[in-house]
Amino acid sequence: MTSSARSTSHWLLHYGLLAFYVAFALFPLYWLLKVSVTPNDLLYSEGIRLWPSRSSLAHYTFVLAHSDFPLFFKNSVIVSGSTAVLVTLIAALSGYAMSRFDFRGKMWLVGLMLITQMFPLVMLVAPIFKLFSPLGLTNSLTGLVIVYTAFNVPFATFLMQSFFDGIPKDLEEAAMIDGASRFRAFRQIILPLTLPGVAATLGFVFTAAWSELLFALMLVSKADASTFPVGLLGFVSKFSVDFGQMMAAGVLALIPACLFFLLIQRYLVQGLTAGAVKG
Amino acid sequence: MSTMPLYEEAAPRRPAPLRRLALGLEPYLYIAPSVILIATIMLVPLIVGLSYAFRDMQLINPFSGGFIGLEHFRALWTDAAFWLSMKNTLVWTFASVALQFAFGLVLALLLNSPFPGRGIVQALVFLPWAVPTFLSGLNWAWLFNPVVGPLPHWMAALGILPAPENILSDPSVAIWGPIIANVWWGIPFFAITLLAALQSIPQDIYEAASIDGAGAWRRFTDITLPFLAPTIAIAVLLRTVWIANFADLIIVMTNGGPADQTQIVSSYIFTQAFRRLDFGYASAIAMVLLVLLLAYSFVIILLRQSLLRR
Amino acid sequence: MASIDIQGVRKSYGTVPVLHNVDLSIQDGEFVVLVGPSGCGKSTLLRMVAGLEGITSGAIRIGERVVNELAPKDRDIAMVFQSYALYPHMTVRDNMNYSLRLRRTPAERMAHVVSAAASKLGLDTFLDRKPRTLSGGQRQRVAMGRSIVRQPQAFLFDEPLSNLDARLREQMRVEIKKLHRDLGTTSIYVTHDQVEAMTLADRIVAMNGGVVQQVGTPLDLYERPTNLFVAGFIGSPAINIINAVLRHDGEQRLIALESGERIPAPPRVGGHDGQAVKVGIRPEDVQISAQAEGDFAGHVELVEPMGLGTIVHLGTAHHALKAFVVERVNYPVGTNIAYRLPASKLHIFDAKTGQRLPE
Repeated sequence: MTSSARSTSHWLLHYGLLAFYVAFALFPLYWLLKVSVTPNDLLYSEGIRLWPSRSSLAHYTFVLAHSDFPLFFKNSVIVSGSTAVLVTLIAALSGYAMSRFDFRGKMWLVGLMLITQMFPLVMLVAPIFKLFSPLGLTNSLTGLVIVYTAFNVPFATFLMQSFFDGIPKDLEEAAMIDGASRFRAFRQIILPLTLPGVAATLGFVFTAAWSELLFALMLVSKADASTFPVGLLGFVSKFSVDFGQMMAAGVLALIPACLFFLLIQRYLVQGLTAGAVKG
Repeated sequence: MSTMPLYEEAAPRRPAPLRRLALGLEPYLYIAPSVILIATIMLVPLIVGLSYAFRDMQLINPFSGGFIGLEHFRALWTDAAFWLSMKNTLVWTFASVALQFAFGLVLALLLNSPFPGRGIVQALVFLPWAVPTFLSGLNWAWLFNPVVGPLPHWMAALGILPAPENILSDPSVAIWGPIIANVWWGIPFFAITLLAALQSIPQDIYEAASIDGAGAWRRFTDITLPFLAPTIAIAVLLRTVWIANFADLIIVMTNGGPADQTQIVSSYIFTQAFRRLDFGYASAIAMVLLVLLLAYSFVIILLRQSLLRR
Repeated sequence: MASIDIQGVRKSYGTVPVLHNVDLSIQDGEFVVLVGPSGCGKSTLLRMVAGLEGITSGAIRIGERVVNELAPKDRDIAMVFQSYALYPHMTVRDNMNYSLRLRRTPAERMAHVVSAAASKLGLDTFLDRKPRTLSGGQRQRVAMGRSIVRQPQAFLFDEPLSNLDARLREQMRVEIKKLHRDLGTTSIYVTHDQVEAMTLADRIVAMNGGVVQQVGTPLDLYERPTNLFVAGFIGSPAINIINAVLRHDGEQRLIALESGERIPAPPRVGGHDGQAVKVGIRPEDVQISAQAEGDFAGHVELVEPMGLGTIVHLGTAHHALKAFVVERVNYPVGTNIAYRLPASKLHIFDAKTGQRLPE
């Protein structure tokens, strides 16, 4: 084979494989979208057509106008947004400590954080419920924010640590010699340089909180404090015959998480690269 | 330059012993919010939850709550459904991790060298990770549903299935439904992690190897894989533990059925706790799972240490 | 400005000692260079003065104050880092006035000081640029500018020129020296480059393995190295070292080289008959001649022309020897050469302890 033929076939293979991945990644989402715009009368007759002969936004109008969807949506935005901000603040502090300090008990902290990743969170439901109900934190968005924040802090700490590890220590040492306290150096010098890491952590936690179902289901029984996943699940059981409406609700649930993710995904790779360099 | 002082000399505000104390305390101030939060919301409830394993805790029975020693563990030993769920957990975890890893590695390699359109391709293939897990489950359940989904029809046309039926209701293959959904959802995790590790391999090592006469395959096995090994070990460890605990997809797609054939340990815990409201028994199972995963992690970490030392 | 006093300072990481009992007094306005191979503890010592490393025991004073427990920000010192450590998200101007802003210096005063420093360093046109748009040499100047605007008690330099190419390094070396001449601020300068140490220092502190080996003016260290380490570390091309034994022959004191040849010992050298020693002689002190006018015979193995002069590598029966001559000689390899080792130029060290013999 000549070298140019070889490189052509190499590129064909490269793009061919990538096309397969893109198709595999997007097809389920595409199908969700397709069913959500298929009018009910065509749903069964045109079940496996790639695009219905007629499309309509009727399902979306129904979901937005005749369901609690907008309320769930608002609750989810509040919960996920607050969780993301809180976790990022807390994890920035602890990630910084893990990156910069050698302190007694550091290994214990790492161990504690690893253990939190190792058991099914299901087993915390009853104890947390018992802890929260006298405090009035059940049936409340605040309660959910607290729980989600705790659950996401360990991973976010490791993530932030890897970003801080990528920033030379010299910078805050220079600032400290310039007359800043360590905390001021952290705020004025290190944090601004970690903005990609902050964005990645925000996005990661937002997506995780946006998806959480178990505790949203167990700690909240009233519709006015329900988040999106709970609402959607209720929707699924209530309207289990109406695929179009379910999928329209699903598409709407997808939008914020996907937007957030598209914005931050390249920082995620950068951040992990910075961490990997150190080993 | 003039010699006029630029600023008042900052007099130290605190006496020496206090300053020394403040300096020693500094790291703890940074970690305090995390530690307090994790301890109160995760550690204490975990210990309380583990104590349930030795107690009779049934929500429907107001007189329950007494200490019953190892009763739950004895029951567990003879619980056929539990042993089936153990077997299913192995299949589910191994198949999911292996497939996610294999597809993730290939994807990371494809994305590692620059090509026109890499940014957009990367964003698109990583997108499934952003999809809420329960929605991934629902979505795949719908795709496998012959009423609205194309997959049964396609598989029948290809001869994989005798007729366009829902594989989620066929006990012999149902577990592959959630596994496929899990692979779809989890490839990006491995791809992102491995891509990051690939991009941190110094380029000149590849150049040196090419000059030494190593072909593409030798460069992969002699440089790429050894460099990736520590990352692979830690990613596989985290992912295995996480997937073994990950019940959302199964609960949403099959609820453990048909006939418990897709029940894994963590979904069995969920079933015991919330369908049967038996928190004591659920905690006993969870404790067994935790111990198994800790043992597994310990082995992997030892393995990684010995890899790094080499 | 202030003097810096280091008394009985030790540092260990866990049980690993990295600095053993360092005593050093630096006069107000003095330029002191800490020099030694990497890992000798020189940077650690500097960082302890800066407050970036804790002090295991001992005391450090800046001026009259013991600063052991003071945070870096309260020590009123400035530091130039090897990596420059410029704040990437700030302009050159903001990098330079960050310390002044932290101390709430009035804006006019700040603008005045920064522009004075910038013009001194030739940075006027770069004040609104970000560090990443600057060349290595320019970044180095910004790092210096950031230090001088503060008029601190002392400047600390941590290998500030290591990341520059040879030409720029030479140029910045001169600028640092001029800056010190103009400002007269007490300075501690860490480097592993003995040329920087020799050219910049009022006094050099040579360190090895966490121990101070010798403190003195550059020429002290060059002409009277106190031990084999200092002799070998200072000077380029490096000093020649030859194994030998002291011989007392009546009133006459001789040195028997390992080749069996004997040369007269330097006047006033101590030691006893039969003592094993190492003889050091700087390459420029070895006298060579192609006309066979010398004590010993050797032959040319290699010639390195340096422009400034020539290094001639000699092979002899028992040892290799480098000679530096100012002339541009170009001996063919193998040429027979006679050489002489003048007694007054010999440095005699005890072979076991490596210490210079008392005189």
